[in-house]
Amino acid sequence: MTTIFNRRQALAVGAGAAGAVVFGASSRVALAKNDHAEVIQKFTGGKTPVEGRVKLDMPEIAENGNTVPMTVMVESPMTAQSHVTDVLVVADGNPRSPVVTFHFSPASGVAEANTRIRLVATQNIIAVAKMNDGSFYSTKKEVKVTIGGCGG
Amino acid sequence: MAVRPRIKLDKKEAKKGDIVEVKALVSHVMESGQRRDNAGKTIPRKILNKFTCTVNGKQVFAADFEPAVSANPYIQFKFRAEESGPVVLTWVDDDGTQIVGQDSIKVI
Repeated sequence: MTTIFNRRQALAVGAGAAGAVVFGASSRVALAKNDHAEVIQKFTGGKTPVEGRVKLDMPEIAENGNTVPMTVMVESPMTAQSHVTDVLVVADGNPRSPVVTFHFSPASGVAEANTRIRLVATQNIIAVAKMNDGSFYSTKKEVKVTIGGCGG
Repeated sequence: MAVRPRIKLDKKEAKKGDIVEVKALVSHVMESGQRRDNAGKTIPRKILNKFTCTVNGKQVFAADFEPAVSANPYIQFKFRAEESGPVVLTWVDDDGTQIVGQDSIKVI
């Protein structure tokens, strides 16, 4: 039912029901199911990633959620014996949690990549790195978003 | 409509084993499939969902994009220079079309 509302209607309903000021963005987030935990589980095959070795470089406060720069770095020698194979980035507050997956190989030389992403509201960004030996490392960073970036 | 990606390598010539940084920008709407038009209908998703980079035919980096990647996607990554050859960057659209850009690296 609620999914057929556009942003304006959702805002009106939200404000009317709660009798309080509700941002369009936050009511959308409340409606949307975010499955970041499942997505991570699927990526790791059920293993729990260890904190560390991964670094997420993002602004603390993003003024425009439409384009937030994001750099992921993983500490690794990137040799044939020991390298990063994949890095999954998820956002726990977006309508759809996956953001991007990077695939590295020893030919990458350095496990580092940068792109620009959309964030609908203030939320945590989680990066999970998969090593060639089957171990997983992760990190988490909160980004405050002033203007949401998924449109309405 | 042919889209020409902008590609920049931080060096044209590299010693064997050097790390080369690639920056690329391609213009694309990256319609997320979450937005609605004025009539309340969902605007269908249209994004570039896959990116690969090969150097001299060997894949050095790839990425799967989701709708959370910004419009006009920018990507920056690095590779280790092993042999001279073309650096080919390919983006694949949801509709199957490809955007291809090329540069080259010389290993000295």
